[in-house]
Amino acid sequence: MADPTQAAAPGLAAPVVPAAAGAGEPGGARRFASVAAVFFENRLAIIGLVVVVAMFAFCFLGPLFYHTDQVHTDLNQVTLPPGTGHPLGTDDTGYDELGRLMAGGQTSLTVGLAAAIIATFFGGIWGAVSGYAGGIVDSVMMRVVDVLLSIPTLFLLLFMAAIFRPSRPMLIILIAGVSWLITSRLVRSETLTLKVREYVQAARVMGGSSRYNLFRHVLPNAIGTIAVNVTFQVADAILLLAAMSYLGLGVPPPQTDWGGMLSQGVDYIFAGYWWLIYPPGLAIVVTVVAFNFIGDALRDSLESRLQVNQ
Amino acid sequence: MTGYLIRRLWHALLVVFGVTIVVFIMLHLLPGGPARAILGVRATPAAIAAFDHANGYDRPLFAQYGFWVGHLATGQLGYSYKLNQSVAALIADRLPKTVLLVGLANLFALVFAVPLGLLQARRRNSALDYSVTGIAFVFYSMPLFWLSLLLVIVFSIDVRWFPPEAPQGNLAQVLTAPGGLVLPVAALTLITIALFSRYMRSSAIDSLTQDYIRTAQAKGLGDAKLLRRHVLRNSLLPTITLIGLTLPVVVSGALLVESVFNFPGMGLLFWNAAQAQDYAVLLACTVVVGVATAIGSLLADLLYMVVDPRIRTA
Repeated sequence: MADPTQAAAPGLAAPVVPAAAGAGEPGGARRFASVAAVFFENRLAIIGLVVVVAMFAFCFLGPLFYHTDQVHTDLNQVTLPPGTGHPLGTDDTGYDELGRLMAGGQTSLTVGLAAAIIATFFGGIWGAVSGYAGGIVDSVMMRVVDVLLSIPTLFLLLFMAAIFRPSRPMLIILIAGVSWLITSRLVRSETLTLKVREYVQAARVMGGSSRYNLFRHVLPNAIGTIAVNVTFQVADAILLLAAMSYLGLGVPPPQTDWGGMLSQGVDYIFAGYWWLIYPPGLAIVVTVVAFNFIGDALRDSLESRLQVNQ
Repeated sequence: MTGYLIRRLWHALLVVFGVTIVVFIMLHLLPGGPARAILGVRATPAAIAAFDHANGYDRPLFAQYGFWVGHLATGQLGYSYKLNQSVAALIADRLPKTVLLVGLANLFALVFAVPLGLLQARRRNSALDYSVTGIAFVFYSMPLFWLSLLLVIVFSIDVRWFPPEAPQGNLAQVLTAPGGLVLPVAALTLITIALFSRYMRSSAIDSLTQDYIRTAQAKGLGDAKLLRRHVLRNSLLPTITLIGLTLPVVVSGALLVESVFNFPGMGLLFWNAAQAQDYAVLLACTVVVGVATAIGSLLADLLYMVVDPRIRTA
């Protein structure tokens, strides 16, 4: 009894492995092309992509062409309305508002991107391990997620920010620390469907370790879910950072982000200094909408890829 | 049904237990330890020893946890030296107002999002459908505090319809000045509608493709009656679960709304405590908000159970 099974297992698995390995590169390229094709058919996705690229260029290349002093306050130049020399006016410490939008945008975008990538990475691994392990490990790991999800995010974040002094790297870690939860749930459910597929079973029968299977077979196939998730995470992280800054627990001055600029503008809401309130708010909305457009289109293109294959 | 009920209660219990563990860990993350964080940097060693002894912090970790949870369970939530009040009294004053705010926002969100979703599903891919989706998208991508500010600019500065500040005082006093509640509730409701509406739309689209809808249409049921009698009921059910799932997000939103409108609820209390590093309040509020959110989700699921005969009789 034992002999035929042992003989059969490599016999069955043998054609699977080279096929899977051989199909890896061209299949991947073809898949990427078809995903990209569907993605670029979506008009909103292109708008989103253009907006995001433009926003990055504005924040990171803009200061090279438009020089402003974002370190020293100038009390002779406070809350000037838009005009010559200051296209968007100045704020209550004399910083040029347009230059401030660029500097603040750098913080919003880097913190948003970095937090999203860390959160997705950690959440992805947490979810994949949980789903792949199953049983008691799975229950414990998912209960941890349930618990952290039931404490409203902002309460958790504010508490941590009251303990650890907020700085740019600290905010990245804090925001990532509360954002990985949803990712881990998504990747876990993806893992549950992937781990029962034949090629994963085959790899396991052939003696592939859990870690090998997880990183070589499960996670690469969940990459679609992960990619979609990371774009939504960027959007959410930018909003969270803005909320933190608005609540006064953002990056320390003279640094700022779009939320911090808004929180300064609030003091002048009754004075009618509109240039302190609309530009940073619009910058947040436009950027977040753009990332959400990209995420939506990515999800659609991955879904239709599945439909084509079936 | 009993099986589901027991599983759901067990799950809620686990979450509540987990929340206390998380906050207990936070307690030990406090700079300089709980005593120094709560009494202040200039507390004498004798005062710290007395505090540690009174709160059980001089015992082994497990005993500490037991002592602490015992205190929580009997309503001893600590004392805020910065506000010179017991935290339990503070929370008893603030919690009902936040429940009011979140409850009203959820209620109005349902009242608006459900018909909106039905309408979108019925007129799928029409200009109306696209514009509602687009508007919901913008609201969803908008910082809630900015939306609140825009409401203040428009409705209390440009046209002076509503005051920019929420009514102060206890729950009864807040309720006697409903005008001040309009803007905070509106801000939170708009965001909640944006959260709900996409889900409601797809849920209604699902219902519309069911066989019983075709049957009802075939026997000549009018459009309005069809939507009201068949689609509405069946797409309402998943929305109830949605309330439970989005509750933590809405409570987070309440914190922002409370800070903009100076609404005297849990969120404002928590925010002020975070700024003043009033750790006694932060710890107790995190436990209470976490537990309240878990209970809220539980109630939503129980309501779902009561309303849905498939689960009720299973």
